[in-house]
Amino acid sequence: MEEKHLICISCPTGCRLSASRETADGEWKITGNRCPRGVAYAQNELHDPRRIVTAVVRCDSELLPCLPVRTNAALPKRFIAPLLNRLYQMEVKIPVKCGELLLADIENTGVNVIFSCDCVK
Amino acid sequence: MIQEETYDVAVIGAGAAGLAAAAETAGAGRSTVVIDREELPGGILRQCIHNGFGINYFKEELTGPEYATRITRIAEEAGAVFALGSAVTDVKRLPDNRFGLVALSAERGVVRYTARAVILAMGCRERTRGNLAVPGTRPAGIYTAGSAQKLLNRDGALPGTSAVIVGSGDIGLIMARRLRWCGIEVKAVIEIMPQPSGLPRNIAQCLDDFGIPLYLEHAVTNIGGAKRVEYVDVAPLADGIPDASKTFRIQCDTLLFSVGLVPENELSRQLGVELNPATGGARVDSGFQTSVPGVFAGGNVLHVHDLVDFVSEEAALAAKAALRYLDGAPPPERNRVRVEANLKYVVPGYFSRNLNTVFSFRPLITADAAQLTARLDGEIVWKRRLRGIRPAEMIKVELPGTLLNRSGDLVFSLETELEA
Amino acid sequence: MHKENRSMIIYDVAVIGAGVSGASTAYQLAHYNLSTVLLEKCVDVCFGVSKANSGIIHGGFHHPVNTLKAKLEIRGNLMFDKLQYELGFPFRRNGILVVAFSEEQMATVQRLYEQGVANGVRNLEMCGHARLMQLEPKLNKEAVGGFFAPGGGTIEPYRYVFSLVESAVRNGVNLNCDFEVVSGSFADGCWRLAAADGREVRARYVVNAAGLYADRISRICGGEEFRIHPRKGEEYLLDRSSDARPERVIFPVPTRHSKGVLVIPTAEGTTMIGPTADPTDDKEDTATSSDHMQRIVSLVSRMVDGVSPRDIITSFAGLRPVLDGEDFYIALSEKVPQFVQVAGIQSPGLTASPAIGEYVKDLLKTGGLQLIEKREYDYELPRRHEVRHESLETLDRLHEENPAWTHLVCRCEKISEAEIVEAVRKGHRTLDGIKFYTRAGMGRCQGGFCSARIMEIVSRETGLPLSELTKNGGVSRLTVGRLGDRPVLL
Repeated sequence: MEEKHLICISCPTGCRLSASRETADGEWKITGNRCPRGVAYAQNELHDPRRIVTAVVRCDSELLPCLPVRTNAALPKRFIAPLLNRLYQMEVKIPVKCGELLLADIENTGVNVIFSCDCVK
Repeated sequence: MIQEETYDVAVIGAGAAGLAAAAETAGAGRSTVVIDREELPGGILRQCIHNGFGINYFKEELTGPEYATRITRIAEEAGAVFALGSAVTDVKRLPDNRFGLVALSAERGVVRYTARAVILAMGCRERTRGNLAVPGTRPAGIYTAGSAQKLLNRDGALPGTSAVIVGSGDIGLIMARRLRWCGIEVKAVIEIMPQPSGLPRNIAQCLDDFGIPLYLEHAVTNIGGAKRVEYVDVAPLADGIPDASKTFRIQCDTLLFSVGLVPENELSRQLGVELNPATGGARVDSGFQTSVPGVFAGGNVLHVHDLVDFVSEEAALAAKAALRYLDGAPPPERNRVRVEANLKYVVPGYFSRNLNTVFSFRPLITADAAQLTARLDGEIVWKRRLRGIRPAEMIKVELPGTLLNRSGDLVFSLETELEA
Repeated sequence: MHKENRSMIIYDVAVIGAGVSGASTAYQLAHYNLSTVLLEKCVDVCFGVSKANSGIIHGGFHHPVNTLKAKLEIRGNLMFDKLQYELGFPFRRNGILVVAFSEEQMATVQRLYEQGVANGVRNLEMCGHARLMQLEPKLNKEAVGGFFAPGGGTIEPYRYVFSLVESAVRNGVNLNCDFEVVSGSFADGCWRLAAADGREVRARYVVNAAGLYADRISRICGGEEFRIHPRKGEEYLLDRSSDARPERVIFPVPTRHSKGVLVIPTAEGTTMIGPTADPTDDKEDTATSSDHMQRIVSLVSRMVDGVSPRDIITSFAGLRPVLDGEDFYIALSEKVPQFVQVAGIQSPGLTASPAIGEYVKDLLKTGGLQLIEKREYDYELPRRHEVRHESLETLDRLHEENPAWTHLVCRCEKISEAEIVEAVRKGHRTLDGIKFYTRAGMGRCQGGFCSARIMEIVSRETGLPLSELTKNGGVSRLTVGRLGDRPVLL
């Protein structure tokens, strides 16, 4: 019997999750979650940990040197550093709208980078 | 020429509180101006580019700028007038019971605003190294967490190459991750309390993800470096006092202080608003009206919240009360609310008989379980068992008006099982 | 410029050190047909002893009349009104109260009062409890008695030094910052002073006003051997809203080594408590320590009501340059020619400074320097606008000239973008220099909100990237590069 302890990061509650499985190739059983997101989070965390990534990119606005961006879904951890290094070398043109696409399908994960604010001047 | 403008409501501050309040009053058809010194609305949310906001208020997890964008749009669509890049320097009550405000802006120079009601939504500021009087030198490289956040997220400038963070509140933890995500080393997070102040999920995703050590019950006892920070000395605390014999040194060129927030009430003082020393904010009634009739307060200017969602919710309630005031409703009663055992403060500071009222508390203790008790005029009228009590987490409860059926002091206390 | 210095210009006087003594000397010399250069090792003026002190204009009673200190203190005190009228720095004669909290202390009060009278100070007034409370209602009710020196007051020391230097420069003095004198030699009637980076200045006369380093400069130049002993003083600054702010400067009864811990209502509306007095060996040791805060708070709590550690917005430490014997040493060198020593200028050096400048000028004359007054001398500095002091009508008019006047950058102290730009254009390009010139960042948030904005303005005005900007020169860089300069490795 194998057991792991995780803290769910899906919301501010931070449920303390327990994951256990009978055999090394068995299914993980998750307890301690107060909502279904906890199970999904734990399964990802055990097999392929992912995080929402937030960052800024430089832009040509007169008001803001940089604009905030984010991934629209959690990205596998191994892709985070390369993505950040790529974003920090970019310079984008305004105007942009909150939610507008910046980079599509990072490393074939289906995860996109979108702008997280409006900027018109 | 000094310009003059007149509104029903003047909201000071266009952050999560002010925008929620302005949306409410403008949406109800009251002419509303929301004044903010920044060029763009949204307040501190604009530099909080991480996600984790909005689950309660928007039922969706948003980043700070997204939350700001949404709530700005709501206020705009409701018809609020924005006076941005405008710093309110003076506010006073006029002889006709209206309020006179003066704001300075590069765009319009001096503008005098007159309003029938004022909603205070100035938020809070960070405590600094100076407030704590941390010993040592005064070199470059010492920042509050928020000013480092602004340098990174707004200006794209790197404050240093290797950092120590003082304080394990959420802002400190979030900044630990941000520094790592910007290529800056994080040597340690230092916390004087025996438990972290931030949310467990932020310990997990901001420290554990990066292997950043958290030193609980430790304090920075000295800052070294003549021109730029070179090191900090850290010592474990024994009975709250640094144990000098166990001091160790951490080399770093940057020190971030994330050691608490203070409501920003300088304008409230100009108005003569009664302040509560325990919160640093106004002492309000159940409608978030201050001791000055027609002046309301909500959000971090009133007391420091853990979640921005509650900031917006509270300011919206203050705005609703401002609307009732404008409609000529009689003011709520001012029966005193106080706290005793294990509670730092309660908001509101006054209650009105027979009104359902939400009370917010800041506990002083950490406990798995404790009982919150309300005594009205000495008699227990309400109690509830609460789980997972931590000073970092605000307690919010609603008491039905039927229980608050007579005047007298309402006193809350928090007792752990053992004490009970 | 370098070439020109090397081959052509021989100044009449080189003043080493742009602290309060050097600045006062340069200010005095600017009145005469002389070429004068002011040399400062730091990136800006007033970055040493003169910036970190209590900012008191003393009342002339602490030191006996036979000391140089007392003579110059009394004369200096009287010179401030005219200086303020011409130069416009923040200064208030709000008066000093020396207060005894026991009958035993009254003997010292009596002695100080008599010393003041003997020194020729006018209007000193012995006070009983009731008179003290009338003069200062914030005083602790335990006050037994004391005396009142109405001629004492408070000043913003850096603003004072900046304006002295500005006036001197307007009247022809050359200012060289970042010029640390590392060697000095006299030949053919002329001093050659070299900086670490190879720059050289020649001058017929040298004034050594190098503060903590006056001993080193004297040694470098072959002058008298003496030692400056740094004595550290820590101060704590309280928020404007503190209930403890008195109207007068409040002194306890002094001890042999120090005037004691004071309560100081600064000329700009904050309250300062301090200083301590501890010897140290290190001339750069301006670190604060943890033991002092509690001690200072408890000491001043006995003097005034309403002192709370919660009101502390910052603390700092300064070093007094102390000589054996404790008196000032201002004299023509007896070892090397055409060289004036100005050393040991600790308290009451700020008060004495106008008289120090005058005294040094007279010594130079004694030493053979010919002084001829300028026909045209620009007495008054143009009045600075400060948003926090202007009427709305004035602000409205200023806005029409330049919108930056109504763009507030530092909201705690109400400092506009125009004031920041003015500071930069006057040569203050570091965060500390701008802070001391404008007060931006001196308020309750200690620059938390405005530092990044000020950096942007400096960058825009000077063309320097953010990563080149410093807190106070040298390696005190505020940022180390741009996002993307350091690879993210997770």
